[in-house]
Amino acid sequence: MENEQPSLIKRFLPLIIFAALASLLAIGLTLNPREVPSPLIGKPAPEFELPLLLQQGSFSNKDLIGQVTLVNVWASWCISCRQEHDTLKYLARNGARVIGLNYKDEPDDAKKWLARLGNPYQVVAADYNGSVGIDWGVYATPETFLIDKDGIIRHKVIGPLTDREKLDGLMAAMASLNN
Amino acid sequence: MSKLFSILLLSIVLMPGLVFVPTPSFAVPYETFKFDSPETEKTFHKLSEELRCVVCQNQSIAESNAALAQDLRHKIYAMLSEGKSEKEITDFMVARYGDFVLYRPPFEAKTWLLWFGPAIAFVLLLVFAVRFMKSQSEKAPVDSLSDKDIERIKKLHEQDGEQK
Repeated sequence: MENEQPSLIKRFLPLIIFAALASLLAIGLTLNPREVPSPLIGKPAPEFELPLLLQQGSFSNKDLIGQVTLVNVWASWCISCRQEHDTLKYLARNGARVIGLNYKDEPDDAKKWLARLGNPYQVVAADYNGSVGIDWGVYATPETFLIDKDGIIRHKVIGPLTDREKLDGLMAAMASLNN
Repeated sequence: MSKLFSILLLSIVLMPGLVFVPTPSFAVPYETFKFDSPETEKTFHKLSEELRCVVCQNQSIAESNAALAQDLRHKIYAMLSEGKSEKEITDFMVARYGDFVLYRPPFEAKTWLLWFGPAIAFVLLLVFAVRFMKSQSEKAPVDSLSDKDIERIKKLHEQDGEQK
């Protein structure tokens, strides 16, 4: 009889809905909620002026203009900063301009840390109270910002650069700026 | 029946999204702030409860004792003392940390599904359920039996009678 066999689509509708929902949730599982996309990407680096850690003088957002720069937010109390330290040294050796933003650190601890592990930074700006960190939307050290020649933030890596995917992403973004 | 069951199951799964469950917030005074007026104090608590601590994520700035949450509480306090409005402060936070800091996401093109999704799902389920129940009642079982079926039933009854 006509009504007894529901159409194929009707029969499989629950399965289709389930599959759609399951794939949506599966995609959700692959995302990392700890990585909050920065609203600062594509915008000029926030204004700041900070004293230098190792020398006299200061560093401001104006000093970012003119060449492609990596701004690395680190602290001596941050374990993953130590993890990525060699990667930063590697980047600096290969010609990257790396500026350190020493975040909420004790100057003596920071200086000792650099003396012991080596210094990949062209200069280190000291953000003792973390207020510049807030302006840059820093919430988890280490964070690395890629700034272009015009002082615009182009890319941000949250967490250590030892992560292959993150490092590749950063290098690709740098390569696209240098061309 | 399995269809009705799956509808029921789906509505149970989707139901919690429809019901607003107010969660009690336990504001922990890690530091004490002095306010000029009770209104400012109220705004301060409202803001620090509505802003997410990005480090700890499932806590508000008011609840978290993470260093950043503490800094942001001080920032909110400082901005309120400067006479900044509630909106200026939330805009300040969103400019730095994105919409994610807001526990109450803004209503815009990309978030309409977030706001209306549960209601849409509920209405769709209602429509399906009503249509399903209607289709069930419209099936007039006796009338639709063919002569062949009636013959079969009679036979079965006869067999049944014989056995007894």
